[in-house]
Amino acid sequence: MSEQTLNLTLKIWRQETPSAKGYFEEFKVAISPDASILEVLDILNNDLEKEGKRPVAFESDCREGICGTCGIVINGHPHGPIPKQATCQLHMRNFQDGETIYLEPFRAKAFPIIKDLIIDRSAFDKIQQAGAFISFNAGSAPDANEIPIPKEVASLALDAAECIGCGACVATCKNSSAMLFVGAKVSQFALLPQGQPERYQRVQEMVAVMDEAGFGSCTNTYACEAECPKGISVTNIARMNRDYLVSKMTTKS
Amino acid sequence: MSSISNWLTSSIGKKFIMALTGLLLILFLVVHLINNLFLFIGPDLFNENVARLDAIKPLIRVVEVILAILFIYHAYNALTLWWNNKKANPDKYAVNGSKENSTLYSRWMVITGTIILIFLFVHLSTLWATYNFGMEGSEEFYDVIRNLFSNPLWALFYFVIMILLGFHMNHAFQSAFQTMGWNHKKYFPLVQKTGTAIAVIFTIGFGSIPIYFFLLSLGGKG
Amino acid sequence: MIKLESKVPEGNLAEKWTNHKFSMKLVNPSNKRKFEIIIVGSGLAGASAAATLGELGYKVKVFTYHDSSRRAHSIAAQGGINAAKNYQNDGDSVHRLFYDTIKGGDFRGREANTWRLAEVSNNIIDQCVAQGVPFAREYGGTLANRSFGGAQVSRTFYARGETGQQLLLGAYSSLNRQVKLGNVTLFPRREMLDLVVVDGQAKGIITRNLLSGEMERHMGQAVILASGGYSNVFFLSTNAMNSNSTAAWRAHKRGAAFANPCYTQIHPTCLPAHGDYQSKLVLMSESLRNDGRIWVSKKAGDMRAAKDIPEEERDYYLERKYPAFGNLVPRDVASRNAKYVCDEGRGVKGTRAVYLDFADAFKRVGKNAIQEKYGNLFDMYQNITGKNPYEVPMRIYPAPHYTMGGLWVDYHLMSNIPGLFVLGEANFSDHGANRLGASALMQGLADGYFIIPYTLGNYLTTEKPEKVDTDRSEFKEAEENVKESVNKILAVNGNEPVDEIHKRLGHVLIDKVGMSRSAKGLNEAIETIRGLRDEFWSNVKITGKADELNQNLERAGRVADFLELGELMAVDALNRNESCGGHFREEYQTEEGEALRDDENYSYVAAWEYKKAGEWELNKEPLQFEYVKLSTRSYK
Repeated sequence: MSEQTLNLTLKIWRQETPSAKGYFEEFKVAISPDASILEVLDILNNDLEKEGKRPVAFESDCREGICGTCGIVINGHPHGPIPKQATCQLHMRNFQDGETIYLEPFRAKAFPIIKDLIIDRSAFDKIQQAGAFISFNAGSAPDANEIPIPKEVASLALDAAECIGCGACVATCKNSSAMLFVGAKVSQFALLPQGQPERYQRVQEMVAVMDEAGFGSCTNTYACEAECPKGISVTNIARMNRDYLVSKMTTKS
Repeated sequence: MSSISNWLTSSIGKKFIMALTGLLLILFLVVHLINNLFLFIGPDLFNENVARLDAIKPLIRVVEVILAILFIYHAYNALTLWWNNKKANPDKYAVNGSKENSTLYSRWMVITGTIILIFLFVHLSTLWATYNFGMEGSEEFYDVIRNLFSNPLWALFYFVIMILLGFHMNHAFQSAFQTMGWNHKKYFPLVQKTGTAIAVIFTIGFGSIPIYFFLLSLGGKG
Repeated sequence: MIKLESKVPEGNLAEKWTNHKFSMKLVNPSNKRKFEIIIVGSGLAGASAAATLGELGYKVKVFTYHDSSRRAHSIAAQGGINAAKNYQNDGDSVHRLFYDTIKGGDFRGREANTWRLAEVSNNIIDQCVAQGVPFAREYGGTLANRSFGGAQVSRTFYARGETGQQLLLGAYSSLNRQVKLGNVTLFPRREMLDLVVVDGQAKGIITRNLLSGEMERHMGQAVILASGGYSNVFFLSTNAMNSNSTAAWRAHKRGAAFANPCYTQIHPTCLPAHGDYQSKLVLMSESLRNDGRIWVSKKAGDMRAAKDIPEEERDYYLERKYPAFGNLVPRDVASRNAKYVCDEGRGVKGTRAVYLDFADAFKRVGKNAIQEKYGNLFDMYQNITGKNPYEVPMRIYPAPHYTMGGLWVDYHLMSNIPGLFVLGEANFSDHGANRLGASALMQGLADGYFIIPYTLGNYLTTEKPEKVDTDRSEFKEAEENVKESVNKILAVNGNEPVDEIHKRLGHVLIDKVGMSRSAKGLNEAIETIRGLRDEFWSNVKITGKADELNQNLERAGRVADFLELGELMAVDALNRNESCGGHFREEYQTEEGEALRDDENYSYVAAWEYKKAGEWELNKEPLQFEYVKLSTRSYK
């Protein structure tokens, strides 16, 4: 709705294949401050396609900040400089005319780059498959109101469950640790009465897969919480640590 | 036991060891600081105190061994964690945004820790070794310290290290609580403040000693 | 001509499903693990079906074009999920939920399906709570409910504004458990590009590996499509960027009938498009209409700012035309009228947007009260538009949001191709001509958790649990077919980017096959779409190769299908000479401008059979209403 145009220099990470050497390619764009950063890439790609050049590979889906597909490190910050936003929600009015913007993929050994800004986050799925569930079969559930859950507990569980699985926590962590992501999922089930039977087994199995996947370990810089588009709290990591300790002290395996 | 060993080698287990050894080392530093503060009261009281500790030497030796193990394990664990974490994050960003999302103290733990480790060897050789093996006949430990810090370079070196020790502590204390799983929104701010208080007390407490003796030596000359 | 057998069981409506569950045949447990089932899509319907079928012991293969099954677009649903629990003691029941749904669908849905949906709605809530879905709670620990979309009872369960996310993650967790147990195998980053039909039965699919471009053959004794709706045919919609109709459309081209394609829902309270670079529209909860007043200037082309337009020169058109309901008229009425005033050039500063003004509400209850109620929506608006809605009125415009039409299915959710089942938004069955708020999540999960586990088993009892040889000629032919279409797209090598063609298709559709339709407009739309299709095949510009990650190529394949589907939507809308639900034909309205149904001639499901590009044959499934009395709605 604003009439002015921003002239920006984009430095975008280009990498043709997972094993290829990456480099920054520079593009000059003139765009409306009302466009989102992903729309800037849309426009750029449209122009590149017209010229028969290879468009910038990046992923996005819902463009409402909930699916967790998009994720670009923008000027050193996963999802850009504005807190509690996903990349798709970042609008160009947050930048100054003439600014240079670096767009890089999320970097971590456990998140290999596939192409340009696209990364492979399947390690997250593997961790979830290890134990992020409550074991019961459809059809066997009791009436939903049979288990009363205090409002505050349900609310805390939802705070943890809001994680969109984007991987910004890993991307920003100097150790590429996935503990905020894992801690959030462990916490959701650890807080709820339904999650109690498998509580300690779950945390052990998820942490084991997390370690195998090549993530680093947490050194409590809390950069993850600061950059998380959902503001997931690091208290979830503490809860996971505690449960893990208890589980190792009390279970056989 | 396999459960315990795979716990200790897991990412969270290693962190737990860091936290536990760290907290015990903080406890040691508190005792160390109390002893050091006798220096301000004067040579007699300090030397008397040293003599009292000397009287229970076998016990002190045991404590020293435990401390050595704690230090070594703390440092060794830190270095393996650092190495693994480096492997987990091999590629750096062109623009580093860490200034806006985390504290300098937290990011510098390995650096401050390593410097403190190096300092520890220096410290052991300048004071501990001198006390145990290097003192001549009637020399008192108070004089050893006074002589050391009358050299401005030594005084400055010790003082700077104590500032870094404060940096380390400021993050370490609350970090240990987080790692142990004791992060409750009600109490955690208090834990963080306590950590900062410990950092300040350690820096001022330990750091004032080289300054004090250096100034004293100036006065002596004048 | 297709034989459309609805297979609705005999008997009393309320007992049909219960009795039918008993009469359906069961698969021997030891045989279950020998059956391989293909599921395309991992949203609410696909994930819940995969998890449940895995629990039953089938070998399930799940295909999704996402990097992870958790990212399906069900995740973006905000409002909530309906169930007839009657926890609030406010008079709700299965019967009432059924009636509201069938009436909301303007009596164009299948009675027995809709009843069953209402009946299993309660099990869904139990299921989700047991999974650990953190629904909103009362202080006493019981589940909270809210009234949604004009319903007179509070039957909507919710988790803040993220109900879809929480339900999908619940289904995803059950799915993960089955992956761990080895019953489900996930195939992420695969796009289904063809259905393999062997001796008249669905027996496999051809997928493209989106990373390598490799074509893959997959076999199964049954194929379940849970691939979502087709709102993205409009280019700008509230759907996710990748949502598409390709899986359903390719099945359609293999013989599956496409039912009621003209039934689309256009949501009235979305953020308006703000530039031709815009990639998608964002929905805001329609609860905003409870306190906001919708208006435009009385003058066309009024370029004054909102604050400079005096009260007497404003037209609160919904309040004027529908005094009883005012700003709370149903979605389709609100959307249609927004289109009309903008067509008259009275949109905000001549654009396609109307004001949603809270100034009166601020005066009445204060800014704080409004902030408490809608704070997050106001923040979202400000973040996207850069305008402060506490100071200037919001601008809104309708956006395509949900498609009630889809592949035709019988009571067993099986299409007219035996062995091809269709679940969730991808089928046509439960919502009629319009969908109630908070019912989409309900349908997806009902189909996946509680219906397909029964009906699939019944089908499989007629099948042998033997592997289908993927070297059979049908698989080869399907793979060749797909390769050829990919190569054909790449060979065009024209000048126009695929998005630009898609945008032009969207413009035609929203204008002429959108909120308000006429025979003249529809005929024009068909002409234009055919032209666009020719243009696509002669002038589209695709970069890159077939055997690599090529997002440009992926989009082109989807748009090629949209260019055919778009025409069918117009054909269907032209055929349906009445107005009902989301389908409004300008020729068929009452004197007051209300939708005018023609129950005598159009009380049927229009199931279109594909003949060749641009040519379909109409098959009709008559709708019989044994239990409800057809009535006409009025919002005057």
